[in-house]
Amino acid sequence: MSSMPAPHAEAPGAVPRIGAGRILRRRALAHPGLMIGMGVIVAIAIAAVLAPFIAPHDPYAQDLGARLIPPVWHDGGSWTNPLGTDPFGRDYLSRLIYGARISLIIGFGAMAVALAIGTTMGVLAGYFGGWPDLAVTFVVNVRLALPTMLVALVVVALVGGSLTVIIWTLGLLMWDRFAVVMRTATLQIRNQEFVSAARAAGCSTARLLLTELLPNVTGPLIVVATLEVAQAILLEAALSFLGLGVQPPVPSWGLMISEGKSHMFFRPWIIAIPGTVLFILVLSINLLGDGIRDVTSPEGRS
Amino acid sequence: MATYVLKRLALSFVVLFCVSVITFALVRLAGDPAVAVAGQDATEAELEAVRVAMGFNRPLAVQYVEWLGRVASGDLGYSNILRRPVLDVMVERIPVTATLAGLSLLVAVSVAFPLGILSALHPNSWIDRLSLSLAVVGQALPNFFFGLMLIMAFAVTFRWFPVSGDSGLRSFVLPAIALGYSSAPPIMRLIRSGMIEVLESDYIRTARAMGLARHRIVLRHALRNAVLPVVSLMAVQLGFMLSGSIIVETVFSMNGLGRLGWQSIQRTDLEMMQALVMVISMVYLVLILLADILNGYLDPRIRIR
Repeated sequence: MSSMPAPHAEAPGAVPRIGAGRILRRRALAHPGLMIGMGVIVAIAIAAVLAPFIAPHDPYAQDLGARLIPPVWHDGGSWTNPLGTDPFGRDYLSRLIYGARISLIIGFGAMAVALAIGTTMGVLAGYFGGWPDLAVTFVVNVRLALPTMLVALVVVALVGGSLTVIIWTLGLLMWDRFAVVMRTATLQIRNQEFVSAARAAGCSTARLLLTELLPNVTGPLIVVATLEVAQAILLEAALSFLGLGVQPPVPSWGLMISEGKSHMFFRPWIIAIPGTVLFILVLSINLLGDGIRDVTSPEGRS
Repeated sequence: MATYVLKRLALSFVVLFCVSVITFALVRLAGDPAVAVAGQDATEAELEAVRVAMGFNRPLAVQYVEWLGRVASGDLGYSNILRRPVLDVMVERIPVTATLAGLSLLVAVSVAFPLGILSALHPNSWIDRLSLSLAVVGQALPNFFFGLMLIMAFAVTFRWFPVSGDSGLRSFVLPAIALGYSSAPPIMRLIRSGMIEVLESDYIRTARAMGLARHRIVLRHALRNAVLPVVSLMAVQLGFMLSGSIIVETVFSMNGLGRLGWQSIQRTDLEMMQALVMVISMVYLVLILLADILNGYLDPRIRIR
């Protein structure tokens, strides 16, 4: 929490603008974690978008004559179902590919909701100080006192487990980090000279916040955003695992683990495959976030 | 010090009040308590009779004040599903969750402290890189998946620990690892950055110049100051563990508060849900309050703010 870097503050005029983008790109290319993370995320995203074209089978088509076929590297596996089939005889690889859609949509959707709420609150608190600051700090305290998992489960159980409900529930429960980080970042920037200059030039408060302040806090904003996407994906998987997230027969990785759980003692692959993919996606997002933090922080750690 | 504690205490009560409003609104607006009492297949007439009998037809605000009054006097409600007072059920379940959370924190701390201190002493060394990699992996591993893998490896293949249950300390080992490992990375990072900062300070240089033994400097003089912010973080992590116990207790079939929460949700036990959210929030607030007081006691600068 306190390890957030100082915002990427470059006062116009003080730093030569020429080549700033190139330096950033060169730093990014030299950062293995960032490149690996980005590569994996792009690959998974492409698979999710092109799911209808690359999935070998219909992810919903049940074939009770072909239940629990092991993956191709086990005895009895075949290339017809490279990753085997689930207890309903559905192709595991196809469900995995379609499941990526669910994880990414919920991850980015919940992050967007949280970003909108948290950034608004954080920037207002940091910029105005005084009672808006106290009010926001108080609301953050209330939010932190609510147990995320339990409240999310209660809401999904009572309202129903649709994608929209899950995105809004997670978004409404996850904005606190955005608020805290944006508040600190805004506090550090609001007294800098270019902000005073814009104010002196007669900028309205709204314009000042949108055109002077926000562009200068994008570094920490992106870092928090990646962390929150990862967090939302993990929470969705946990909700679905407990049976109170995405509802069957929609393929969600958490749900696949839950459905395979009773078969795991004799067929460990049935939980290992969706679990590993989930782990790799979240790991890549975290690597990307750490990488962006390293690359955009002023010290430019090597 | 007394003013500081009083201010913190007052703030906690206001936060708890807001939590109670949100909890009540959430459960009542989303679920019909009459259905919970009469059952899913009750007729509209039966539901109406239940509403009148139980007072669910009165304004929500009136019901809320009445509920809050009961909660404040220690009556958390009555579970119509279990036909028992909510508090009695909870009291039975607390020891399991408390043991699990305590052991999980122990797991997190015993991983985080050595690795954090060693990384700070040798920045950019192999041990620093190793613990950083462990932290990155730990934060990406879903705890329900990790729990299932632990069961597969250490309960099924090696048969060192029971697969599930909560009888005896042995059955707590795997769940404590599954719940505790994800709290280790943030604690470790904080110890590392805190130690690096403290080790560069003047008084440590003085201690070094005076020829004090290295382990004495690190453990007695540096760690003591670096550990201050860690106290608050540990309180926060313990709070997260209460929330996370829902998943881990369900995976390992342990009869603690977390599994009770999951079961109550499954059988729409509204009174139990409300009470659980309230109790877990309250425990979290108490933990934060204790950490604040401890910090204020350890570091006089904090009290003045």
